[in-house]
Amino acid sequence: MDASCLQFDSALQLLQQAGVVLPDGEPYGAVWIQGVIDALCDLSSKDPLTGLVNRRSFEMGLSREVDRVARSGESALLLVLDIDYFKAVNDNYGHGAGDLVIQAVARVINHVVRPMDTVARVGGEEFAIILPNCAGGFGATVAERLRERVSGQRVEIAAGKFLNITVSIGGAFAPQWVRSSPLIWMERADRQLYRAKAEGRNRTCLEHLVDSTVTAEEKGMLFAIAQDGAIAESQQQGTE
Amino acid sequence: MSTTAAAPQQQGRPPRAGARTLAVTSGKGGVGKTFVTANLAAALAAHGNKVLVLDADLGLANLDVVLNLHPKLTLHEVFTGKCTLEQAILPAPGGFSVLLAGSGMVEYSRLTPDIRDKLLQILEEVKPHFDWVLLDTGAGISDVVLFAISLAADVLVVATPEPTSLTDAYATIKVLCTQQERRHVGLLVNQANRVGEGRLICSQLQQVLQRFVGAIPGQAFKLELLGEVKSDPVVRQAVLKRQLMLEHFPGSDAAQAIKALANKLIG
Repeated sequence: MDASCLQFDSALQLLQQAGVVLPDGEPYGAVWIQGVIDALCDLSSKDPLTGLVNRRSFEMGLSREVDRVARSGESALLLVLDIDYFKAVNDNYGHGAGDLVIQAVARVINHVVRPMDTVARVGGEEFAIILPNCAGGFGATVAERLRERVSGQRVEIAAGKFLNITVSIGGAFAPQWVRSSPLIWMERADRQLYRAKAEGRNRTCLEHLVDSTVTAEEKGMLFAIAQDGAIAESQQQGTE
Repeated sequence: MSTTAAAPQQQGRPPRAGARTLAVTSGKGGVGKTFVTANLAAALAAHGNKVLVLDADLGLANLDVVLNLHPKLTLHEVFTGKCTLEQAILPAPGGFSVLLAGSGMVEYSRLTPDIRDKLLQILEEVKPHFDWVLLDTGAGISDVVLFAISLAADVLVVATPEPTSLTDAYATIKVLCTQQERRHVGLLVNQANRVGEGRLICSQLQQVLQRFVGAIPGQAFKLELLGEVKSDPVVRQAVLKRQLMLEHFPGSDAAQAIKALANKLIG
């Protein structure tokens, strides 16, 4: 195949604009083309502002993790994190300040989590973190550590001008051994994030681990209805 | 570092081919789960369906006991490569096929990725050859049981009116609803003391579930009463003689109830 007839202009421009060093190798040779493709893949999976994984790539990672959990039975946690009152930052200090805040939060998250975790920016001021092989007991600890570290940060938005930022975090574990769907998993984590927001922000809410124990209250209700039914029935039979 | 383009990974479940899959389970043991499964298989087969019952109670199997079979080839032999899958699929009285498991095999009491993969593979292999695959699972909510249930598209929980059975059935349904994200579970009330008791039990379970488990918004959870088998002396007789009730007491109330269950499932 004659690769010199391929159009690389836009691709190379895009890479240059993003500050990517062009691949080594003889131009239009196989090594060089592979380098360009890899660089484009890399670019299309990252969020330009923070360098984190972007939403598209995150969704692929999430569905891979659902597959993995279904096969291995390992415990995996999904956290969603949202910057509190972010709109006020943009409104009061401008979008430039907003961008600085987002970048600062991204840096803190990257410092707190393990290298194997996937940190993504999934929306304007919303982040998501996939934590594979995270045992049930550690979930709350990790989430709380994230919240504390971000809250302890003072973000410099202009020379000598600092902002205190807080975040709300929601989280849910993937059901082990079971092939769930990425969508349901995300919804469950999101629901906990809403709860954290509704309960006053600057807090973490994790979905309760599935608890199969039947409480006394549940048993009470089970048997109360059974008794009511039996009494009603015996009364009915008595009148017949 | 260069990342070579990986082959696109297959995502999600493959489209369901062949058999309808139904897991029969119970919270508590000894409520008639295997008995119901075997007779239901016979009732489905009587409609001209090709039916396979897979004994998914790997550690404590007793489908062979209920059916009075003395198998030499079981899932264990398939797992260990001592026989082929085809060889282990045996004909059972009642016109259906069975894939039995050995009893008391400690190595199957814990779910390992190996067992998981093998069961998944076996199910995918048998599905194209049958109209129905019934999975007779163990009781309770262990890894193995929950996994076996997760293999099936539909679930039938068997319970008796006894408080302990109800409590355990409730716990099972709760786990299926929360952990497996199931939105529909079928219920069969066995050994009912009077007509209508099944309906009562189903609605009470549903009420408690609604109160304590809650549903994912927009996805209502439904516990559906699929059958009610009244206490029937012929059932005990059939069990003791290790006979299929549907063959030996086809006119009994219990046999009629199982046939009604099959009709409801066929739809």
